[in-house]
Amino acid sequence: MITGFILRALEGKIVAMIVVLVGIAILVPALNLLTPPDSAFHIPTYAMALFGKYLCYALLALALDLVWGYCGILSLGHGAFFALGGYAMGMYLMRQIGPRGVYGNPVLPDFMVFLNYKELPWFWYGMDWFVVAMAMVLLVPGLLAFVFGWFAFRSRVNGVYLSIITQAMTYALMLAFFRNDMGFGGNNGLTDFKDILGFQVQADGTRAVLFALSAIMLALCLLVASAITRSKFGKVLVGVRDAESRVRFLGFRVENIKLFTFVVSAMFAGIAGALFVPQVGIINPGEFAPANSIEIVVWTAVGGRGTLIGPIIGAVLVNAGKSFFTGAFPEFWLFALGGLFIAVTLFLPKGIVDTIQHGFRVRKAMKAAAEAEKGRVGTDAVNPSAAQAAE
Amino acid sequence: MNTIAETRTKSLLYLENVSVSFDGFKAINSLSFVVEPGELRAIIGPNGAGKTTMMDIITGKTRPDSGTVLFEDSIDLTKKDEADIAQLGIGRKFQKPTVFESHTVWDNLELALNRDRGVFGTLFYRLTPEDKARIEEILETVRLTHRAEEYAANLSHGQKQWLEIGMLLAQEPKLLLVDEPVAGMTDAETAETAILLREIAKTRSVVVVEHDMGFIRDLGVKVTCLAEGAVLAEGSIDFVSSDPKVIENYLGR
Ligand SMILES: Nc1ncnc2c1ncn2[C@@H]1O[C@H](COP(=O)(O)OP(=O)(O)O)[C@@H](O)[C@H]1O
Ligand SMILES: [Mg+2]
Repeated sequence: MITGFILRALEGKIVAMIVVLVGIAILVPALNLLTPPDSAFHIPTYAMALFGKYLCYALLALALDLVWGYCGILSLGHGAFFALGGYAMGMYLMRQIGPRGVYGNPVLPDFMVFLNYKELPWFWYGMDWFVVAMAMVLLVPGLLAFVFGWFAFRSRVNGVYLSIITQAMTYALMLAFFRNDMGFGGNNGLTDFKDILGFQVQADGTRAVLFALSAIMLALCLLVASAITRSKFGKVLVGVRDAESRVRFLGFRVENIKLFTFVVSAMFAGIAGALFVPQVGIINPGEFAPANSIEIVVWTAVGGRGTLIGPIIGAVLVNAGKSFFTGAFPEFWLFALGGLFIAVTLFLPKGIVDTIQHGFRVRKAMKAAAEAEKGRVGTDAVNPSAAQAAE
Repeated sequence: MNTIAETRTKSLLYLENVSVSFDGFKAINSLSFVVEPGELRAIIGPNGAGKTTMMDIITGKTRPDSGTVLFEDSIDLTKKDEADIAQLGIGRKFQKPTVFESHTVWDNLELALNRDRGVFGTLFYRLTPEDKARIEEILETVRLTHRAEEYAANLSHGQKQWLEIGMLLAQEPKLLLVDEPVAGMTDAETAETAILLREIAKTRSVVVVEHDMGFIRDLGVKVTCLAEGAVLAEGSIDFVSSDPKVIENYLGR
């Protein structure tokens, strides 16, 4: 059952992307660690860290594509799930600092000592244990998505209204996390990390492993997303996107379908956040900013929603562009981003990947038409498995 | 009301004194209506008579303000939602053809099949030989075998209507509600649809809403004329179309 589910995921483009990601996971760290700094093939650590960050964003865009591209839920709050995953990881990293903090308190992180905390808040218990923290990376975003989705989908909040409340959700969380008495470091967030599983966070070797993990997790989540979208469930999802009432009147519980997808997507975003934090070295409430969530939508739209591959490419390209622009012409980045979004909406409404695919399809169709004219193609074949294999 | 109540025990669908109003406007006005098992029934009536609203009530989309809506004499449909009612065995074709345009004809039917509709049931679903045969049979019935691999978006209007009827068949309903199936169809398609619906009605109850009087004659079944949310007349097409109230409210206009 499970094997069939996974095997179905292995469609040409997905396999290609997974191969590329695994290749990157091996090659980039190898070139960073094994080549001398003056070699033409050397990848400097800062570049690897930057690219690692893009991979986390790519996973975040993939998460959004699952709900937006396939189920039609335009979440403008996915940054919240990313940030929560990041905070869970950040809490683990804070607890690893131990007595090495400025105040030397063996249990309390510096900001708690500074804010006169007498003891660790209950929700910090167990977060020094890696397994617990990693469970929280999935559970906290998943639970928030579950509770939020339970109410929103059951009361059939749709379209713009749903987008607005997702945006309100991340905004509310941002305000909450800015407060010192929330116990998450307020304004400054969590930073000054030292170790992860006993390895120095800043060490080249650790960074290389974190990079490789980001690429591998992205590949894994892509596999899962592909398995979901290519199953019958995935077809129902697209049905919900295109004709929700038809799905209902066929006897499906649309609210459960949306809820499942939303929760899986939130967990993907949480994983992305958790991988992001040790690589950039900080998590603060700014990650909840509504603008961040909107940027995710831009990456996804640019790459092409509903394609899984597209948002990954879109996230990497847009963020590479962002790094370039903010370095070269910092004042123009927002205009460039806005302009890009408008250009894509106007000229490539299906995003980069789908536009390219469409080009191929048109060529294939033209070829097929030419052959049909020659009378060589019989069109009565009714064999879905053969057609699917040919796709 | 006695006569209606007497028919209840052997009814498949039973509506009694159903009313619903939207912002004070009575779209359905103490409507009573009975469908027997295996019956094919046509419903006519002017625009705004409440035909679609009646289907909304039966399928759980709209809750009536008052009245009784029973399925198989025991199940209170007013307490259920769309998914429950569909699973009970009531299928519905919308007035505007609604199929999944970005799926193939085959996939449209596969989704509609009466199988486990839960999240995990669909995640791990595999097409069985039995399901494959069933889909092929339905394709045959709705005359779409040669277009099975076509995206539904590329079908003609009439073919979309048939595909939607095919999806309802895949649901294996006991009762099929069909809202204006021949609107926008060519004459040939309309005649073909009448044959199709009669074929379908051999094994289940069907309620067809239609404006096209020629089509209704082709069906040759009991007709109910609705106007202003209530039944105006009921009987054979000749009986109904000679009723002075029907002529005044509907045919005469
Ligand atoms: N959801 C709704 N809200 C407000 N008015 C409605 C709604 N549904 C139907 N109506 C009104 O109820 C009346 C009956 O509509 P409908 O059932 O669509 O008629 P028919 O299908 O017979 O043409 C119309 O006047 C329509 O405007
Ligand atoms: Mg109508």
